[in-house]
Amino acid sequence: MGKVFSQRPLTDFAASNGERVVVTGASGMLGREVVFELLRQGYSVTALQRSDAGLAALLPEEIRERFRQVRGNITDIATVEEALSDADGVIHLAAKVSFAGAWEDFLETNVRGTRVLVEKAKDAGISRFLFISSPSVAHTGVSFMGEGNGPATPEQARGHYAKSKAMAELLALESDSDDFWVGVIRPHIVWGPGDTQLVERVLDRAAKGTLPLLNKGTALIDTTYIDNAVDAIVAGYRRLEHIHGTPLVVTNGQPRQVAELLAGMCEAAGITPPSRSVPAFLARGAGSLIEKAWEIRPGEDEPPMTRFLAEQLSTSHWFDQSLTRRLLDWEPAVSIEEGYEKLGRYYRK
Amino acid sequence: MNLKPHPESWPGVDARWSKTLRVTSTAAVDAGATHTWHFLDNLSVLQEQGIEPVGTILAVHGNPTWSYLWRSVLSAGINAENPWRVVAVDQLNMGYSERTGSNRRLADRVKDLGDFTAALGLNQTELPVVTLAHDWGGLISLGWALDHRDLVKAVTLTNTAVFHDGAEKIPAALQLALNPAIHGWGTQKTSTFLDVTLHLAQKGGLSKQVYKTYSAPYKTTELREGIRQFVADIPAGPATESYADMVRIAEGIKNLDVPAFFQWGTKDPVFQRRYMADLQKRLPQADVHRYEKASHLVMEDEDIATPLFDWLEERFLWKQTGRQAHEKARLELSGSASSVFRPMVSELADRADDSSLAVVDMDSKDETKIAATLTWAELAADVNRVANGLTALGVKAGDRVNLMVPPGAKLTTLIYACLKIGAVIVVADTGLGLKGLTRALKGARPDYIVGIRGALVAAKSMGWPGKLIGAETSMAAAQKKLGAIATLADFTDTSENTSYTVNPEDDAAVLYTSGSTGPAKGVVYTQRQIAAMRDAIKNTYKLAAGSGLVAGFAPFALLGPALGATSVTPKMDVTKPKTLTASALGAAAAAIDATTVFASPAAMMNIVKTVGELNHEQKLALAKVQTLLSAGAPLAVPLLKAVQTLVPNASIHTPYGMTEALPVTDVSFEEIQQALADGERGMVGAADGVCVGLPVFAAQVRIAPLDETGQPVAETSQEPGVTGEIVVAAPHVKDRYDTLWATERISTSTPGWHHTGDVGHFDEAGRLWVEGRLAHVMVTGQGVLTPVAAEQAAELVPDVRRAAVVAVGPVGSAVPVAVVETDPLAKKAGPASSSLSRKVRQKVAEQTGIELAAVLAVREHPTDIRHNSKIDRPLLAQWANKVLSGQKAKVK
Repeated sequence: MGKVFSQRPLTDFAASNGERVVVTGASGMLGREVVFELLRQGYSVTALQRSDAGLAALLPEEIRERFRQVRGNITDIATVEEALSDADGVIHLAAKVSFAGAWEDFLETNVRGTRVLVEKAKDAGISRFLFISSPSVAHTGVSFMGEGNGPATPEQARGHYAKSKAMAELLALESDSDDFWVGVIRPHIVWGPGDTQLVERVLDRAAKGTLPLLNKGTALIDTTYIDNAVDAIVAGYRRLEHIHGTPLVVTNGQPRQVAELLAGMCEAAGITPPSRSVPAFLARGAGSLIEKAWEIRPGEDEPPMTRFLAEQLSTSHWFDQSLTRRLLDWEPAVSIEEGYEKLGRYYRK
Repeated sequence: MNLKPHPESWPGVDARWSKTLRVTSTAAVDAGATHTWHFLDNLSVLQEQGIEPVGTILAVHGNPTWSYLWRSVLSAGINAENPWRVVAVDQLNMGYSERTGSNRRLADRVKDLGDFTAALGLNQTELPVVTLAHDWGGLISLGWALDHRDLVKAVTLTNTAVFHDGAEKIPAALQLALNPAIHGWGTQKTSTFLDVTLHLAQKGGLSKQVYKTYSAPYKTTELREGIRQFVADIPAGPATESYADMVRIAEGIKNLDVPAFFQWGTKDPVFQRRYMADLQKRLPQADVHRYEKASHLVMEDEDIATPLFDWLEERFLWKQTGRQAHEKARLELSGSASSVFRPMVSELADRADDSSLAVVDMDSKDETKIAATLTWAELAADVNRVANGLTALGVKAGDRVNLMVPPGAKLTTLIYACLKIGAVIVVADTGLGLKGLTRALKGARPDYIVGIRGALVAAKSMGWPGKLIGAETSMAAAQKKLGAIATLADFTDTSENTSYTVNPEDDAAVLYTSGSTGPAKGVVYTQRQIAAMRDAIKNTYKLAAGSGLVAGFAPFALLGPALGATSVTPKMDVTKPKTLTASALGAAAAAIDATTVFASPAAMMNIVKTVGELNHEQKLALAKVQTLLSAGAPLAVPLLKAVQTLVPNASIHTPYGMTEALPVTDVSFEEIQQALADGERGMVGAADGVCVGLPVFAAQVRIAPLDETGQPVAETSQEPGVTGEIVVAAPHVKDRYDTLWATERISTSTPGWHHTGDVGHFDEAGRLWVEGRLAHVMVTGQGVLTPVAAEQAAELVPDVRRAAVVAVGPVGSAVPVAVVETDPLAKKAGPASSSLSRKVRQKVAEQTGIELAAVLAVREHPTDIRHNSKIDRPLLAQWANKVLSGQKAKVK
């Protein structure tokens, strides 16, 4: 886990609106920021966590009373019931987000965990449920160019993570009704200062000179700066009435070539950008092998290259944002270029 | 025997359309017998939806297809605005209709169709009936039409033939099928004829399911009996049994005075264009649309239903046709300008005694030497000589004559000789390449080709249509060996030719577009419109009689004798405008004390490059030039500056226009600088594009604003800063496109105006700014964008030589991408460096608000061959699309 901090200042909190939201997966960067933003907008928040996310300590005294943390697993019914006992809605971010690992683990956390949450939420009379998904649930390994928000296709999704998220998304959406609104937000490649999923891996490997560019990094991909993802999720929760039943991909709406994107991140952090190019098919083959090996003998770190990551970084994927923006009544506040500046300020400090 | 239809398994067919009917025959072959017909009919579906049809389309297939051929028409007939009942029959012995066991010939089949329509009750309908046919169905449907004159309100045809006289060989494909050794085997014993026909479908062929559906009723030898009969009945010559019936119908339709519409796939190896031309002569009122990429099964290769219903709508629902509305409106728009008509040849007649120079050719080897001169008197005599020669050969008014002769005195003589006798000049630029030329000429179908030796060779080897006339003054025998019926040297009689009196509405010329925007289109001008082009040039540039002009740009150069100007053709390879050098230009100017220079942009670049070769005398000659015209594409300011040093006392003009309207607007270098300054001061509209100035003499320009899908709306505007398609009205705008009805309809969708296919806007001073092609408009996630302003912004970045901005991705959510040529040249095509990308993106965002997704670099932009200046954006977009999806891709 990376350092626990808030991307935006923890000030300007609105007065309590009396509504409580359960947020799962608050130990990750995105979940944590969603908690902070909900609090800022006047909500009370219950964070459902396996381990202490360390959020309370960062909050101002007067806000801390609106925040509570329930520790335990989302697959554990008693824990979930406890967390949902006084809640009005759920934002479900918790997932096993790994590029490798055994299928059973993904099934347990991502699929069964979602089912438990949905069922218990309905039991508790909750009517608002926002599922945070990934565009990879509808990603088949081929290019995605300017497309909309297609349905999840578990049978075609590549890799355990995408497959299990696809199943979970369909499962959650099955429960969508007029009495139980299920919304789905699919943020695409979220990054920001201190982000351990992409930025720090890229910087770390670029610094070591082990980050290859696939097919020269020509593919065009859309990404999401952390603040925009957070705002979109909170907007999604607020506008569940308008978005329920329709999965929405969320991005910055600024597709960039992979090489340019990674170079931008590296330059912002003062590291020499990658220049070594590996043909994508080789990387895919290698990724696939390593993925298998990792299942048997998991290491400390994620494997250096998985097939999924290879595909993500060698095929283009960017999305039609018009419907998303209209339904969410939201626009990204931070451009990619501003995002680089924020990275720079963080890493050069 | 009867086959059971399974319409639910036929792709594209609503099973409810499939019907059968018992019909008693009156055909000679089996009068009194009763047969079961299968047909497709959308009437019950129309009725279910409570729709009352406008009329009935009776669709007749040929051999070896069946009613399935017309499924797109049946489907299109079901709509609320322009609904038509469509009845598509399976002829007896064909499709799912009965196999009668009797051999049905042409006359029987015409009777059969009449028996069917009588039984169906179609003969009693109050509503109009329109026939639609393909292949041998053409002859049968027209035979039926002649028998039902009161019923038929229009005839429409796709690839077919109604007459074959046996003088010309029938197409090779059919000869083979008719060969006694092959015939029965190819048509009935095996499915060869069927398979060959179905394989004529273009663009990847028929889908498996569609193929299966077509062949299903012809699976066995017994079922294929009708196919063999049809082929056996082909009236290949007077000795064949159905010849007399064919002649009766072919002659009969000459009196069929109903509207007609042909849609023709011109790649058809069987029903070739000569059959279309024959039909046009029999039904001269026909509207025609050719599909250059379609073959025999034109309805499978192209959407023929939309143009068909558009045509029917105009004919049956509108008060007047689109053409009528356009002609009326343009007459009103051109007002007084069109009432003054002075024929092109008048100036020549007036100067028949003038001994001053009219035409000068520079030597093709030594650019400083004069090769040939003609005085006005000599030119007038020469024009008569050629006119008389052509008349003697049988060339008459309305005949199309293709001229394959390089610019110079000879071409000038030929052009004015044709104008004089009313022959229609076909001008297809050799820059189209051999393939493009062949396509253009096969489309224009000239009756004669006058060509130099190389053209005669090409005509012979490529099978260009038209009788050949040699244009070389020597080598008569060699030219005749190549098939020339005569050579220009044979013509001697210089007496005044009076064979033709000019009618301003007669066709005068067919000019071909460059093909940089799709297949080359023939653009037809009348005598009035050609004369108006002359007047537009004369009045816009104040060209007085007696001025001297250097003819470096073909279309305008040919106007010299009509303008009363002395013209000189400099030494250059006409197919490569780049080859014109500064000294060749200077020498030509010196030869006639030129006051005016016409040149192309590609030539201007080379002229500037070779400016060091000018000698003192040539410099002095160029200093006397008052007007320099560069037409074809805009020139960048640095190039304009360089050109200005070459002709220090000239006003440099870069008119804007196209083959359909030469020219539309005019702008001088001074005006461009003024416009740019106005833009910097913030004048509304004085930015984002290339300033092309004000409308030329007698021209009016408007903007049809774009909607959110990037398409022009009907209401036009003159408001500054509003971007849309540029539309123009002028007496010198084209009359029409040649046999491209659907294309013409789009271009005249605003009656009276020509839609140019370019986009642009006005500034507050009324100047037009061009922003690119309508086809290049980018419908992106950021909105509807035009590329030119972004390209100009990108070109402000120091390392960028030339930029093209294209859209990558689906319409509506595409992203704009810049593709740049860099200085120094990029080592290879691919992503630009991240620092260059950043600079370009920043500059473009600053100047236009457009956010580029990526910046790619190429060594050189692919361009069209003719102008060498128009960047091939669709090709670049394809390439960028591949690169940006992580695929391997090459430019070109």
